Amino acid sequence: MEARSLPSRTAPSVGRTALLKIRTVAGRWGLVALLLAFPIYFLVHDLTTGYPGYAHGHATRVHDLTYLGTNIVQGISNGAIWALIAIGYTLVYGIIELINFAHGDVFMIGSMTGVSVWSGIGLGLATSTLGLVVGLPLALLVCMIVCGVLNVLIERVGYRPLRGAPRLAPLITAVGFSFILQNVGLLWRGGSTVGVSDLVRENKTVVQISGVVIHRADVLSVAVTIPLVILLGWFVGRTRQGRAMRATAQDPEAARLMGINVDWTISLTFLIGGALAGAAGLVYAMYETTIWYLQGFEAGLIAFTAAVMGGIGNIKGAVIGGLIIGCIQQTIDARVGPQWTPFFVFGLLIIILVLRPQGLLGEETREAG
Amino acid sequence: MNELRAQLHEWRVAIERTLPPWWPRALAVLLIAFGLLLPQIFSTTSNFVNTEILALTYVMFALGLNVVVGFAGLLDLGYVAFFALGSYAFGWLGSGWFFKAHVHVLVHGPTGTLPGIHLNFVLILICAGIFTAFAGAIIGVPTLRLRGDYIAIVTLAFGEIIRVFALQGPSLKIFGMPVTGGELGISGTDPPYLPGVGQFSQLDIRPWYYTIFVLVLITLFVTIRVRDSRLGRAWIALREDEVAAVSMGIPLVRTKLLAYALGAAFGGIAGAFLGAYTTLIDAGEFQFGFSIFVLAMVILGGLGSVWGVVVGALLLSNINYYLIPDVLNPIPGDLGLNFNLTDLQVSIFGFLLVLVMVLRPQGLIPERRRKLELTRGIGETELDEPAASWVSVEPGEVVQ
Repeated sequence: MEARSLPSRTAPSVGRTALLKIRTVAGRWGLVALLLAFPIYFLVHDLTTGYPGYAHGHATRVHDLTYLGTNIVQGISNGAIWALIAIGYTLVYGIIELINFAHGDVFMIGSMTGVSVWSGIGLGLATSTLGLVVGLPLALLVCMIVCGVLNVLIERVGYRPLRGAPRLAPLITAVGFSFILQNVGLLWRGGSTVGVSDLVRENKTVVQISGVVIHRADVLSVAVTIPLVILLGWFVGRTRQGRAMRATAQDPEAARLMGINVDWTISLTFLIGGALAGAAGLVYAMYETTIWYLQGFEAGLIAFTAAVMGGIGNIKGAVIGGLIIGCIQQTIDARVGPQWTPFFVFGLLIIILVLRPQGLLGEETREAG
Repeated sequence: MNELRAQLHEWRVAIERTLPPWWPRALAVLLIAFGLLLPQIFSTTSNFVNTEILALTYVMFALGLNVVVGFAGLLDLGYVAFFALGSYAFGWLGSGWFFKAHVHVLVHGPTGTLPGIHLNFVLILICAGIFTAFAGAIIGVPTLRLRGDYIAIVTLAFGEIIRVFALQGPSLKIFGMPVTGGELGISGTDPPYLPGVGQFSQLDIRPWYYTIFVLVLITLFVTIRVRDSRLGRAWIALREDEVAAVSMGIPLVRTKLLAYALGAAFGGIAGAFLGAYTTLIDAGEFQFGFSIFVLAMVILGGLGSVWGVVVGALLLSNINYYLIPDVLNPIPGDLGLNFNLTDLQVSIFGFLLVLVMVLRPQGLIPERRRKLELTRGIGETELDEPAASWVSVEPGEVVQ
């Protein structure tokens, strides 16, 4: 029966598949073209009109690519943080098809925990390099554990009881948890931005390549992100638990029939997502040297945009999306003004969702097939 | 627990049987009469009446959101956009904000000579409704083909974009005049004037109360009539099963757009009223928290249930504007704890959302149709079933 009905399902009319293929290709390259429009515009602008700067000791207009290079370097380092958060969104969406709205606020709790831990173990401006080398990984570990466990608890209390309910139900509890965590942050650190001690002297120059300065903060965020992403890739792609995660994402019922403990696997996914958010939180606190209770809301939306841009459910996509959105955000921050950044980021999110909801690399969810 | 529930149900059925069949109507008439008499008990500037004015405004917001979320099943996390647009519609059309223009339509007294655009209050409400309905349709267009949770994010993004514009309004110019007041706000709005009532003022807030009371009654009437119409049934059909509804001939685009437009229009009118009442339209109010506050009302009351939403909105706004700041706030201080209860407002609503969703997803007064759905468990997946159902299968046992 199945076999006989197969041909009619897999072979629609030729013209239709060709059209679909063209649309897929046009959609992807259209999005790439849209994303490239930003740097190309600023590249042409910098080379022709120039930007205000200093040369030979007096103010003048400079015509080179240093400014754009700086934007991109800062964008990649900031985007590395967004990538870590975006992975959490994408993992959770891949496995239970839920936008974990509270994820951004878990990241915020990560920042606050990080600051508390490092001041708790006595790290400060006077700490030697050796102290930092020992202390910061410890703080990172604590942050990852706290946020991972927090995320697992949220899943256990808020999402698991609603697994069979209409799709909007867990989304609404996610919004509820987001607000609870924001309130925790508000009571913990007050309602305004709090400056934290600049442990690594984030503005110190590490290396300068033809005018583009790479600061310590840039090195730090990339140095934390790359090993974590590689570790995650190994875990998901090579280990038994990773295979269980992929199987659950593909078809939870079949996975359960194959003897996979689906509940445990989902908890593990939340643990990993939360841990990455915790790491991002600590790095963010050192990178920005300020924290506040609403940082998670905006970071969450930016990271979600990154995850959708790369293709939700797709880990590689989340990383690439994070880096791209970081570059866009830093460029807009520097050239148009940070108050307009949400406009560009959310506008981009809407454009992507409308024109190419599957993102750059294609989504990996059950609905996408 | 189940026995208790069964007992309660039995009592309820017994009570419902003894009441005459026209009791819901009688109750409605009684409630309206109570609502009309309420401000007469209190003084003309009473804090309680002030709270009730805000509560009724929120009832209107919640009824509007209920059309989108409850009837049509489209989760809108950016409802604040319509509050903002409605408020700005009032600010633009009923104050001296656009100082280069001289437009006066049906205004009374000294307002007629001031620079700016000054329209009659009722006209402004109508304009705000039309304006936000268009905005709602525009927001609706890109979300039409998206799946449920993406709709939530797109509407949220729209809400944030509107907020950015509201905040950055002073740097945007139309004919050399700033668009919005940013965080300083548009102030000096015209006090509404209605023939027979006279000029509204802050010294006697009863006219405000009756205005919003009438607006809520109109909203209720429209909501109930639309729900029971062909359009309302189309919304519910789309909510339940989009593919089936479309194959039955329901026009997807038009139906969804109408849901957005109607919900937005109510939000815009309520927003314009709130702008008039507070006499200040500042961008700081248009926070994401507002969308969640209204959503919490709809969910607490019962998604899609008109009376549930009314009760939910009245409850939550009274808790938010009266109970927490005026009654409960000193309690932590009396207990020797060093915080204000108002600081906890956000998490109280967050907690409420979680609690209601996990324990009573149908809300306080559930919609009849949704109640059936939830008790019968339509839309359950295999994942929901406890693992025990197959773990307990013995070797050799026949599994159906």
